[in-house]
Amino acid sequence: MRLPKPLLAALALAPTIAIAADNDLQTLREEVARMRESYEKRIQDLENRLAQAETKVSTTEAKVAESVPQAPVAAPVAGTNAFNPDVSLILSGQYSNLSKDSASYRITGFHLPNDTLDGLKANRGLSLTESELGISANIDHLFYGAMLFSIHPDNSVSTEEAFIQTTALPYGLTLKAGRHYSGIGYLNEQHAHTWDFVDSPLAYRAFLGGQFGSDGVQMRWLAPTDTFIEIGAELGRGANYPGTDRNKNGAGSAAVFAHLGGDVGISHSWRAGLSYLGTSARDRKFDELDATSTSVTNSFAGNSRLLIADGVWKWAPNGNASVTNFKLQGEYLRRTESGDLTYDTNAASLGTATGHYSGIQSGWYLQGVYQFAPKWRVGLRAERLSTGAIDYGVNSSSLLASHYAPSAHALMFDYNPSEFSRIRLQFAQDKSREGITDNQIFLQYQMSLGAHGAHKF
Amino acid sequence: MIRYARNTAALLLAVFALPSFAALNILACEPEWGALAQELGGDKVTVFSATNAFQDPHHIQAKPSLLARARNADLVICTGVQLEVGWLPILLKQAGNPKIQEGQPGYFEAAKFVRMLEVPTSIDRSLGDVHPGGNPHIQMDPRNIALIAEGLAKRLAEIDAANSTVYQARYASFADRWKKAIAEWERQAAPLRGLNIVVHHKAFIYLENWLGLKEVATLEPKPGVEPTSGHLSEVLAQLQRQPARAVIRSTYNDSRGSEWLAERAKIPAVLLPFTVGGSDQAKDLFGFFDDVIQRLLMATK
Repeated sequence: MRLPKPLLAALALAPTIAIAADNDLQTLREEVARMRESYEKRIQDLENRLAQAETKVSTTEAKVAESVPQAPVAAPVAGTNAFNPDVSLILSGQYSNLSKDSASYRITGFHLPNDTLDGLKANRGLSLTESELGISANIDHLFYGAMLFSIHPDNSVSTEEAFIQTTALPYGLTLKAGRHYSGIGYLNEQHAHTWDFVDSPLAYRAFLGGQFGSDGVQMRWLAPTDTFIEIGAELGRGANYPGTDRNKNGAGSAAVFAHLGGDVGISHSWRAGLSYLGTSARDRKFDELDATSTSVTNSFAGNSRLLIADGVWKWAPNGNASVTNFKLQGEYLRRTESGDLTYDTNAASLGTATGHYSGIQSGWYLQGVYQFAPKWRVGLRAERLSTGAIDYGVNSSSLLASHYAPSAHALMFDYNPSEFSRIRLQFAQDKSREGITDNQIFLQYQMSLGAHGAHKF
Repeated sequence: MIRYARNTAALLLAVFALPSFAALNILACEPEWGALAQELGGDKVTVFSATNAFQDPHHIQAKPSLLARARNADLVICTGVQLEVGWLPILLKQAGNPKIQEGQPGYFEAAKFVRMLEVPTSIDRSLGDVHPGGNPHIQMDPRNIALIAEGLAKRLAEIDAANSTVYQARYASFADRWKKAIAEWERQAAPLRGLNIVVHHKAFIYLENWLGLKEVATLEPKPGVEPTSGHLSEVLAQLQRQPARAVIRSTYNDSRGSEWLAERAKIPAVLLPFTVGGSDQAKDLFGFFDDVIQRLLMATK
């Protein structure tokens, strides 16, 4: 406690006054005592008032902080842009180190058209990979719409998906129309940036050209059961591999699929599916080395039937995937093709000839991805194709069926600082081409900005 | 042959059990809303909770089992404010169920009924997992539950008009018991007022607001970003200047961060049930708050 100045002055004066007279001394002493008393009282008063003020402030603060919950007042959404759709952007780029030139990339025994093959070749060195711009929103009370552009490293833009979808059909029905990825298989419907590896599995490349999408309609039905049962059917233009664009009325591709899924306890969940895709191709051209080791262009016209069995099983302790989780996923694809094959359309080798062709080919992949710590995952993928039984008919002397079984293995690590960013390192050994082992190293980033991504199963 | 067919039919029925048609099917995004719906609906409702107390409701996938439940739901009850933004839109889009679409009576967003705290004035992903609508963990204040219960009772009566008197009666009973319970919790929690705490995630703002706790630090450097060793050291240094009495986390938070800090700062690490089912005592909404208060009192004795 600091004494006020007047009091100090009074105390200092007291001794001099004391010398003046004994008589006055007593009076002065009393005077000083009174003064002291009065000042002390005033100080006490001030201190009390200060203390009171402090309590008052703290209670007001507490009142501000501890606001009692109350029903909110709805704020009106203003502006003409309040209906702006969700916009999302995927940014992706990678460094690829391939021990073999990808210019000659092909899958031995599988007749992929040149433009399809081009889309599967990885650029060596640093490059941008697919960037994706997505715009989506509810259209009205009945429809939802979405469009996804893909911007390729060569500056071309393609429409990956552009569809409308019903939201108000009853009985578990959903109708989709427009360009969209087919619901066949497990991985087919997923966009590249949600894949667990840099590239699509060998079987997807060989049988679907990476991923199968089509312009068309899709109907899905979800059964009214507690177990997940979903059935879907599609009719499409079928212009993409394994089909070709055709100038005709009606549909060029048809697909049906069924999914079954559920939980086992609280830590496990699963989904299994069976799908069928039928396409018909006309003049599907592909390049191949013939019996004389000359590169020739052949053409296929006929039907292609693909059957896919897929399964995915996920584990997370108590269903909480944030620290550790595991995902096992596998698919088996089997394709039957039959029709006419025209050998050497440009008569560059033994001369053009058309004959019956039939082939039964299959392939599978199995992958496991384990999150061993928050943000960190490791994954392993094994895959193999079987060129199966191929009958070139009258052309079997000019085209030799290969008995090579393409295979590949990949090991990846990824780091996910948030759910919007991912950096991945992948080592792979690719034996797509007979006699060639391509050792690959990829370093990749995939990031998303804008609208929150969907947590698909 | 007939017997075989009958057995097969019985087996199929058992495996693909059809949902109950008699009662109102409710899909709750979080256990607290499931528990509330059960309080208000009694035997007139069948409740399924999409998540459990050990799961972060933000990081859930649209699992097949959830799609199946969304297909049959008459009502979905979710927190809203983008807490379920990663998976609820997929469920709504793929379920083929017009009743539960946004804007329909079958779509109930709890956050619409309470005043939100920590509503950000600016939004940017560099700030971490911030929700534009405000902090979504509204269930941690029982006074919010009271407001939501009122809204939910009205909604149940609207959807299932035949049983509206049942819902109203159950609501009246619940509201009364809840009011008394809140008074008792507030009485018990009086010593906690003004207590400094550290939290793992900014998940307790409504609890702090209710009980007058003071949050001095968070273990996550930014909301939704897991604690880093650098940030934990900073928090530890901060606690030297500004001591706290406990470090608090929810059932689905990784325990390592708070245990690390608890050991060095010599304060208890408190695991709080974050919702119904988060502890043995948190069997229902009453048990949930009983346990929250008890655990806080125990730790700070």
